[in-house]
Amino acid sequence: MIELTRIERNFKVGDQWVHALRGVDLNIARGEYVSIMGPSGSGKSTLLHIVGLLDRPDAGQYRLDGKDVTTLDEVEQARVRREKIGFVFQFFHLIPRLTAAENVELPLILAGLEPEERKPRVDRVLHAVGLEDRAHHRPDQLSGGQRQRVAIARATIMEPAVLLADEPTGNLDRASGTEVIGVIESLVERGIAVVVVTHDPFVGDRARRQIRMEDGLIVSDTSSTAAR
Amino acid sequence: MKLRDIVSFSFGAFRGNRVRTALVLVATAIGVAAVVILTALGEGARTYVTSEFASLGSNLLIVLPGRSETAGAGPAMFVAETPRDLTIEDAQALLRSPHVNRIAPLNVGSVPVSFRQRDRDVPVLGTTSEWIEIRHWTMDQGVFLPAGDPTTANAVAVLGAKVRDELFGSEPALGEWIRLGDRRFRVIGILSGQGQSIGMSMDEVVMVPVASAQLLFNSASLFRIFVETRSRDDMPEAKQDVINTIRARHQGEEDVTVISQDAVLATFDKIFDALTYTVAAIASISLVVSGILIMNVMLVVVSQRTAEIGLLKALGAPRVQILRLFLAEALLLSLFGAVVGLSIGAIGCIGLGQAFPALSFEPPAWAVAAACFVAIGTGLLFGVLPARRAARLDPVQALSRR
Ligand SMILES: Nc1ncnc2c1ncn2[C@@H]1O[C@H](COP(=O)(O)OP(=O)(O)OP(=O)(O)O)[C@@H](O)[C@H]1O
Ligand SMILES: [Mg+2]
Repeated sequence: MIELTRIERNFKVGDQWVHALRGVDLNIARGEYVSIMGPSGSGKSTLLHIVGLLDRPDAGQYRLDGKDVTTLDEVEQARVRREKIGFVFQFFHLIPRLTAAENVELPLILAGLEPEERKPRVDRVLHAVGLEDRAHHRPDQLSGGQRQRVAIARATIMEPAVLLADEPTGNLDRASGTEVIGVIESLVERGIAVVVVTHDPFVGDRARRQIRMEDGLIVSDTSSTAAR
Repeated sequence: MKLRDIVSFSFGAFRGNRVRTALVLVATAIGVAAVVILTALGEGARTYVTSEFASLGSNLLIVLPGRSETAGAGPAMFVAETPRDLTIEDAQALLRSPHVNRIAPLNVGSVPVSFRQRDRDVPVLGTTSEWIEIRHWTMDQGVFLPAGDPTTANAVAVLGAKVRDELFGSEPALGEWIRLGDRRFRVIGILSGQGQSIGMSMDEVVMVPVASAQLLFNSASLFRIFVETRSRDDMPEAKQDVINTIRARHQGEEDVTVISQDAVLATFDKIFDALTYTVAAIASISLVVSGILIMNVMLVVVSQRTAEIGLLKALGAPRVQILRLFLAEALLLSLFGAVVGLSIGAIGCIGLGQAFPALSFEPPAWAVAAACFVAIGTGLLFGVLPARRAARLDPVQALSRR
């Protein structure tokens, strides 16, 4: 489903170029459960942003469902993001003035759905992340783990083909982190591909396919049938 | 995205950022209210003066002795030396012009007026029966001065409403004899309230036939001659006829000034146009100031909300959709601001109207329109420009700005 070929991404810092990605090749199939680990600064987030169409590569090709998405215009890219990709951030990125339900509803509103269509879907995903009784709480009234589960609910409400999570447990204690991973794995069971970037071996080792990055390159890519 | 959702998203944003909402509302409202109130003041003064002049009567030329214009140093000094008196005969001669409809001579003096023990010093106006038509005055009781030869000194008087009250109280005045100076006059009429006219209360006068006034003041010269032309179009010819007639009667010297209220009105119009524009300029400064305030608030807000814009993009909102959201927000906010400003302006105008009942305070439509236009325009501009910049960023860039 996701096919990256020789993806490069360089940043200019001062008058020096930082090569965050130095030609990454990566294929991810439907329904795969992938973790990406590696030292800080190795380019994990940058890679995930490119996969999520939140950033553009400087070189290389990105094909999603067989279509080159790097050449799409802004509106079409937005549409792909909306319909095919769910993104979960380390810092949740919930809108503080909106309730949990309203945050979750946002992608449906942006997609132009009618309120009566939205309501049952919001209820369903909130139920799926175990937060149906917190629907009308604002983010500042929720714990970190609950906030991240709201973010996951928001990322999955459009029923994307892939969920991209950048250190989803990075800001959580072990217990809420485990809850969040549980929710993510329930998505894998439903056939959604999941890519998790993490520093936590406990989280990373649970994935069936484990990728290791160093210095802008993939250095190992192992699939274990024994995992889980 | 549905319109209803856009609106409720905007209201969410207003609630989510109360300080900014309040600041922008107040700034817009102050700007709009300032324009409304200040231009209403200018217009109020203009309509007041205009109506004062209109109360003089229409198609009116006023002849006064002496030349007010100085035509060069030499002749002007020569002319200014001894202007000849205007007389009743001069006034009657003006009637020969085909462009003149009616005339009313006027002389003015101050004479003690008394009835029994009560006495007062009031202006006494001497004129003829035409006066009441030329000036569109009305009678409360009795009749105005009798028609007839203006050189006949009848001992009759018409009282202003206030003079009547002061001399007679609640007793009937018609037919009574009052004393003006050392002469006795019979009261034949009471004027209804005339209000102010160019600074003189017309309720506090006694009017007598012009010839009687000449005897009272012991002077044959007139203060003014009021000339009513046949129509507005006759004004220039009538004016020329007046000047020619008087010159012929005054041994070839043009020693009168003829003013038309049109000329006076035009001058005042110019003054008040200038006043209104000045006031509008001052008011637009306040609009600009509020615009700058709005701009700053919006800049701060959008930089705070860049992460939100990044998030919306990450969730799949294209740039145009984000712009539409921020446009709607800015539009709603500045609309509310304008409405609040207009309300404050309206209340201010009502307040002014109560403080100065003689004037009417209505802001000109162009000022109201311009104020709203500028306020909403500024709000839109400063609401959308920074949002546009933020919406152009890649989602990661926008998200990492906090
Ligand atoms: N916007 C940017 N501007 C400049 N340099 C950047 C930018 N984003 C990333 N980099 C650089 O690119 C490299 C890779 O960054 P990236 O965030 O992908 O690392 P990471 O593997 O996610 O690290 P961490 O584990 O700390 O999150 C780093 O050297 C980083 O400094
Ligand atoms: Mg990272």
